[in-house]
Formats: sequence, structure tokens, C-alpha cells
Amino acid sequence: MSETLPPHMRPDRSFQGLILVLQRFWADYGCVILQPYDMEVGAGTFHPATTLRALGSKPWRAAYVQPSRRPKDGRYGENPNRFQHYYQFQVILKPNPPNLQELYLESLKAIGIDTKLHDIRFVEDDWESPTLGASGLGWECWCDGMEVSQFTYFQYVAGIECRPVSGELTYGLERLAMYLQGVDNGYELNFNGREGAEKVTYGDVFKQAEEEYSRHNFEFADTEMLKRHFEDAERECRLLLEAGTPAPDASDQRHKMVLPAYDQCIKASHRFNLLDARGVISVTERQSYILRVRELAKACGAAWLETEAGGKN
Amino acid sequence: MPDLLLELFSEEIPARMQRKAADDLKKLVTNALVDAGLPYEGAKAFATPRRLALVVHGVPAHSAATREERKGPKVGAPDAAIQGFLRSAGLASIDQATIQSDPKKGDFYVAIIEKHGRHATDVLAEAIPQIIRSFPWPKSMHWGSGTLHWVRPLQSILCTFGPETEEPEIVDFEVDGIRSGNVTQGHRFLAPGEIVVRRFDDYVEKLEKAKVVLDADRRKDIILADAKTGASALGLELVEDEGLLDEVAGLVEWPVVLVGTFEEEFLAIPPEVIRATIRANQKCFVVREGGSDALANRFVLVSNIEAIDGGEAITEGNGRVIRARLSDAKFFYEQDLKAPLDSRLPKFDEIVFHEKLGTQAERIARIEALAAALAPLVGADVELAKRAARLAKLDLVTEMVGEFPELQGLMGRYYATAQGENPSVAAAIEDHYKPQGPSDRVPTDPVAIAVALADKLDTLTGFWAIDEKPTGSKDPYALRRAALGVIRIVLENGLRLALRGNLAAALNGLDDQLEATALERYERRQLGVTQQDVDGEQDLDISLEAFGREFRSRLDESGAGALADLLAFFVERLKVQLRDSGARHDLVDAVLSAGGETASDDLLLIVRRVEALGKFLETDDGANLLAGYRRAANILKAEEKKGESFEGEVDPALLGAAEEKSLHVAARFALAEAKAAVAREDFAAAMAALARLRAPVDAFFDKVLVNAEDAAVRVNRLKLLTAIRDATLAVADFSKVGG
Repeated sequence: MSETLPPHMRPDRSFQGLILVLQRFWADYGCVILQPYDMEVGAGTFHPATTLRALGSKPWRAAYVQPSRRPKDGRYGENPNRFQHYYQFQVILKPNPPNLQELYLESLKAIGIDTKLHDIRFVEDDWESPTLGASGLGWECWCDGMEVSQFTYFQYVAGIECRPVSGELTYGLERLAMYLQGVDNGYELNFNGREGAEKVTYGDVFKQAEEEYSRHNFEFADTEMLKRHFEDAERECRLLLEAGTPAPDASDQRHKMVLPAYDQCIKASHRFNLLDARGVISVTERQSYILRVRELAKACGAAWLETEAGGKN
Repeated sequence: MPDLLLELFSEEIPARMQRKAADDLKKLVTNALVDAGLPYEGAKAFATPRRLALVVHGVPAHSAATREERKGPKVGAPDAAIQGFLRSAGLASIDQATIQSDPKKGDFYVAIIEKHGRHATDVLAEAIPQIIRSFPWPKSMHWGSGTLHWVRPLQSILCTFGPETEEPEIVDFEVDGIRSGNVTQGHRFLAPGEIVVRRFDDYVEKLEKAKVVLDADRRKDIILADAKTGASALGLELVEDEGLLDEVAGLVEWPVVLVGTFEEEFLAIPPEVIRATIRANQKCFVVREGGSDALANRFVLVSNIEAIDGGEAITEGNGRVIRARLSDAKFFYEQDLKAPLDSRLPKFDEIVFHEKLGTQAERIARIEALAAALAPLVGADVELAKRAARLAKLDLVTEMVGEFPELQGLMGRYYATAQGENPSVAAAIEDHYKPQGPSDRVPTDPVAIAVALADKLDTLTGFWAIDEKPTGSKDPYALRRAALGVIRIVLENGLRLALRGNLAAALNGLDDQLEATALERYERRQLGVTQQDVDGEQDLDISLEAFGREFRSRLDESGAGALADLLAFFVERLKVQLRDSGARHDLVDAVLSAGGETASDDLLLIVRRVEALGKFLETDDGANLLAGYRRAANILKAEEKKGESFEGEVDPALLGAAEEKSLHVAARFALAEAKAAVAREDFAAAMAALARLRAPVDAFFDKVLVNAEDAAVRVNRLKLLTAIRDATLAVADFSKVGG
């Protein structure tokens, strides 16, 4: 596929070209191509299109880019490999097709990774998200020793066993692009695939943001406010779930307000990540924060199963 | 006879699970065959990242018919007994049983269980799906919409059965929609596509052609040989690593060894760090300069494909990742070096060692005090021992140990050396964790010995004080290993150490801290109560004192129990250690039982005494004396049972026979000499003193009748036997000697 593309769209020259090829590939497979979720999340998995849609019996296929924020990973723009904000390309297929590995390998081929030249390996790596009450079995996918994707068969999400099982692919876009473009410094990635004066790098787009957010995440984020916001989000999540629960005698027994409640769960999770980055959470507190977010996620997951999209008629 | 070939083809199986899974498959299938009356000649199982395979040779095509008679209850037995019989015999009603008569027991039921011979293929078609459904993976999963559990999605099953001379048949079964067949796949990238297989021989051959080496041991051999050759072609030597080799062989079906390079500047990082980085993250081997310990700036990687460019891109890609990892490691190392180790101590105030045993900082303080106390006893400089103890744990919060926990101690040594610590101090930081296992070396430098002992004794007394002792197979804090470590350090360094005193000192240090913490908490609590009170402060002092007294007395009480128990634990571990090293552990009991409390205090003395005793018992004198002792002890036991006691002085006036008289003299001498020899720790001399008893004892039993008619003479002779027993008891309690 990549041979037929104009140079500025080729994944080995263009960061956005890489994203577009992946989107095209999974669109051709029949996925819903979503846009990023409009909230701060730590990983593509938090997008309700994954977390909630992985639950229940209804088939689902989606792919999307998700900007992900990990406040603790900020390095003031000084580390060429570590950013507090980065992109994941996320694919979720429920139930997982029996040939998911082959599909994944084809997608690598589409972005220009030739398996006759490169050593692709599936290395055991079981995935777990304590805050989402989620876990799965799978691999990290290596290309010549570099981890370029995470491949997971979801077993539990929001503490609920997944039946059928979803297959989740997460491509680490910056790393993959660095590999394809042959650069060792993420900020030097060619973003738009142009050369000369027209060239825009990843650093042009994000370096200042990395510096500013590192300051914010580590030094200036108001911890009292964050704690308050965490509590507010936690309360709001529960209130919304309660308000959306149908009365026992209602004719329609489906839940009415899971998605807004889940937004609050996401919000609480990100506030916690910021507090963690500010270093104001002790080891024992940390555990209890994680548990509180997990309880929200579990409540949202359980309510999701009571909605139409969750499989309740 | 026919052979079975079974292959379970799946997505990538974690390397660490492959070998056991192959063994389990072999065990389960062969057990099922044997249980069905189908003995086999041989079996071998294999694993690659994508398949478990099993070949079973020489399986009969049919099992023989069997007829079994099973006896049941008597006719007219209670219904419960009848029902139980029906269940166990597999009968629907009692009418199906026959009745047999026995002249003595009367009529009883008999079930005749006849089993027809079965086709092996039927047995297998029934057994294998069950085995697959209940396979003991350490971790397994669902996928898609199926119901099966497997380690990763199971994709196909190949199963054929038949003799060598004929076309084998497919053992036909289905598991969760997967139908067995005679088809498998080649290498994922090098030879994708289906392969039709008949039996094991062509299976292995066709796989090999399709770039799959079935046997993990062969893959290991190939990797090792190629890696060695690759290194030596560059004038270098492979640093062998069995664990890594096992893992890597489980990551590839077609191993291709490649050698890559990284920048020489990274060689400034400690070699252990380079190795840990390259091994843990990249699963690559390192190489060293021929004939030296210095690493070379190369790495050996094992690829799963023969790339069309000869592996250039793969080597280049891996090299980039390794460079990035080594840059991280170098950064961590340099960061760590920027701050002196001591500056990390405050962090340990926040790290809880165990909720009942305080923080890591408190533990470090205890170890330091204990190491100082131990130093003079093991010939170490007190200040150096204290310094080493203070620094020993500080590398735990360095970046490098955070990244690679297995480098604890070692990094401490590097950082201590870098900040100019005394070499003994630096070495002690690494060595104080030793010995970690039976094959690990024991520290020999006195400073390291002091800290290693302090560390272990603090751990042991701490967990004993809070009653967290090892039970059965549970030993979460590795306390057995700690005790064994103490034993080996003491014995292998020939240390004289009063265990009781040192354990008591360790306990005492712990109690002081626990008391201080408890008092502090109490004070804080009481302050809240007494704040409004005018006399508050005075009251507080009084109540604090009372609280402290009571707390301390409780500690002392439980401490005494813990101490005795811990000493007994050491003795048990010593016995295990001696037994493992081939010594007789019954002799430990004999020595300990004779020596009383003080004897169990010094591990080295116990062992020396046990050795001397063992040697003595191997001599003619020893064996005979033991026999004489036993004779005397048996007679005494029989007489003492009657309620008499034969303690007390022998009356020389009542001694008649020459043998009696000479035994009396010999026993007195032997006792005195043996006691004196034991007191000066000359156990060989003590044994020699006993050896001189042998001839008089033999002569006595030969010529003298203990049970004389004259009661006074008889009692006197029994007292003489007691004297023999007492003399031997000066050295060992011979009654505990087994065999």
C-alpha cells in the first residue's frame, strides 16, 4: 500500500502519514474510525469505545487515535523518548477475529514493515489496568527488538468478565514512527512528510507543550484543587449512576446515564495521575486512590450492561 | 505397533511455560493410555513458541477385554451399603449383581464388571479433548466467542495414529469447533502455509524444511554453538547464560544468531549493569574480551528469521534499542553517582520494612548497632563494620536498583567505591546479602561477616519477636535461608560465636526500638487527653513510666520465649545442614543432649564435637564402647523401671572381682579426663579418654554378673554401670546415637 502513496504520505517519512495509513487499513477491514475522545486519558483503553464497548454481547469494531497523557512521564522536553503526552493508535474488535495476529501483521506490512527483512516477535506480556479493573493476556509485539505494539485479549474490564472476548491492538505511534523514519530522537520525527521549509517536526508541534506541561505536572498543578476535583468527580459519577438507574416499576428497565458517569470516572483517574506526578500521594494513599477509581469503573461497567449498547433490550 | 502423533498449534506460548506444558501433555496423554489398558513403549514431548507436540511409540491398536469381579456387601445389608456398592461398581440396580455363597460369611453380592477391548483411536478421541479442556496452564484465557481455555488461542490440532508400515489414520475429534486433522503450519514468516503430515518421522522432517526446529534442546544447541562461533570469529568469548538460553530458545522456531555492536563509551557502565540491561530488556547475550572479564562492545541476538539482507536491518534495529537502553542505564548510573549514598538515608524513614517491625531506617540502625557488637567477636574493625552496616541498604533507593532489583548490593559496592569508602566497607555492602543459596559463596572479610550476620540475626529475631515464623512450606521472609546463612558463615569461617548472647542482643535492640515507638505513640495519644488538665504534664510523666514498664515486661516475657524457640530453630537448621553435607544428624542430638544449654550456643563447637564423635564411633573402640554402653544402659533402664535409682558413689569396699575394680578406676579417670578435655575443647582427647573405657567395660561384662545374689553388691554394681553412663555423658548422650 505504502508504495502507491505520494512521498509526503508515506509512513516512513511522515508521522501523520503513518496514522492515515493505519486508519485506512482498519477502515478497509470494517472498523468504525472514531476521533479521539475529548477528555484527558492515560491510554486509548480509557476511551469508552474500548472500556465500555468491550462489555456485553454486541459485536463492535473500532479504531482511533487517542492522545494519551501520563503526567509522570514528562521530562521537560529533555528526553528524546519520553513524553507526558503521546499518541496511541487503538483497535478494538469484539469478538476478536480468529486471524487477528495475521491482520496485525498485514497492518505492519501496510505501514512498510517487511517481515522478510524484520524480525517480528510476540513476547509474553499480560496487561493489567488496576484503575479500570481490567486485565488481559497477550504480548508485546517486537520489531527487531523494539516494542512497537501491545496485543491483548481482554479477559476482564471493569471487574466484569468479557464474553465474548475483545482483541485490542495498541500501536505506540511515536516509537513506530521513529523506527520507520530511522530517527533516534522523537522530536526530530517528520510530522507532515514535507521537506525543507515546509517540513514540520514533532518537536515543532509538541516540544513547547512538553516543557510547559512538565512544569505544570510536577511543580504547579494545584494539589488542593486536584484533590477537590477528584472528590467532586467521584461524587458526581455516583450521583449520575444513581440518577440513571430506572425506578423498579418503570416500564423501561435500561440504565439512562452511564456515559456521563463514566466521564467522571475518567476525570477522577486523570486527577489522580496528576496528584501522583506532584508527589503528594503516599504509598498507602496511592493504593486507596486506585481502588476508588476502580470502584467507579466497576459501577459504570455494571450499569453499561443495563443499556442498549451494553446488550440489554 | 502403532505410534501416536499429536500437535496442538496455537498463537505464541510464553517461553517460560513451554517446557512444563510439553511435560504435562506427555504425562496426561500417556496416563490416559495406561488407564485405558494401553501400555506404550516410549513417549517424547516437544514445544516451540507455537506448538506443543507429542509422539507416543508402540501403542497397541486395541486394549484387551477385561473381566473383574467386585465383592459387595452381604445380602440383606443396610441400604446405604448397597447403594454405595452400586455406585462403585457402576450398576443400575442390585438385580444386576450376582449372589455368591461363602460357607463362613453367608450370601453376598458380587458385581461382574466386564470391559470390552477398545480401539486406541476411540480412547484417544475421548481422552484428548478432556485433556485439552482441563490442561494445567499456569495462566489461561478465553478468546472470541468460544468456551475453551488455552494459554493463547488454540488454532489447530493434528492427531494421527497408525503403524509405521501403513497409512496412519486421523484420530477424529473436535474441541470447541476445532476439528482434529493431519495438517499443521510451517514457520510464520519463512514458510507460511499448510503441511500435511502422516507420522512423527515425516512431521519432524517437513517442519525442518518449513523452517521449524521442533526440539527445544536442539534449538538451544544451535544457538549456543552459533553464538560461540560468532563471538570467537571476532576474537571474543560468549558470556554463557543458561536461563537466557532457555528463554530465547522458547522465542524462536528457527534460530538465527547475529552479532551487533554498541558504542564503546557504554563500557564505562559496570559490566553487570550492561549485562542486566541487555539481558532483561532485549534478551541478548553479552560477550567479553578473550581471557578476561572485561565486556566487549558487542551483543549477540537471536532472530527468528533468515532475513533477505542477511540480518543487517535486524541487527541495526536491535542495536538502536540497546543503545537507547544503555543510555538510560548510563544516565541512571551517573545520576546515582552524583549524590553520596549517605544522602539517601532519610528516604528510609518513609519505607516501612514491616508494619510491626518499623521502618527501614530503624532496621538500618539496629543492624548497625548489632554489627558493632559483633565486630570484635569476628575480628572486624568496629567503625568499619558500623559504616558498612549504615551503607549496606542504601542502594535500594538508587535509580539503578529500582530498575534492576537483582543488582542490589552490587550497585552499593560500586557507589561506595566511587565515593572512596574503605574497600572492606564497599565489599561488605555487596557481600552482606550472602550466602543467598546453598551454592552461593560465603563472605570471608571480617567486616562483611559482621554485617551479614547482623542483617540476618536482625531479620530472624524480628520475625520471631512478632511470631511470623516459617511454617511447613511457607517461608515468605526466607527465614530458613537466613538461619542457614548464619550457620554457613559461622562454620565456614571457623567463628566462635555465642549464639544465645547475640540473639538476645539483637532482640534487645529491637525491643528498645519497639518500646520507644510505643511510648511515642502513647504520649501523642495521652497529650490529646491531658491538654486541658492543669497537672497534665506531671500526670503524663507518671502514666508514661507505668506504660513503659508494662510494655517492657511484656516484651521481655515474649522475648524469652522467642529466644528459646529461635535457638531450637537454629539447631534444627544445623541438623538439616549437616545431613545435607552427609554427616549424621543423630550425633547432633547426642552432643546437644549431653552438653546442656551452653553447648547449643556455639555452632562451631557442636560441629567439631559431632565430627570427633563420628570419627570415634567409626573406630573399633568406639563401636565396642557403644555396645558396652547400650548393655549397661539397658540393664539400668530395666532396673530403674522398678523404681530404684542407682545414682551415687560406688562403694570400693563392695567391689570384689578384679574386673570390677579396674572398671571402677577406669570410669573415674575417663569421666575426669573427658570432662577436662571437653572443657578445653579438645574433643579428640575426650574421645580418647572414653576409648580407654572400652577394655575394662568388655572385661566387666565378660566376667562379672551384675545381678549378684547379695543385694548390696548388686546395687553397687549397678552404680558402677551408672558411672560408665555418666562418663560417656561427659562427651555425648550415647542413647541418642542411632543405628
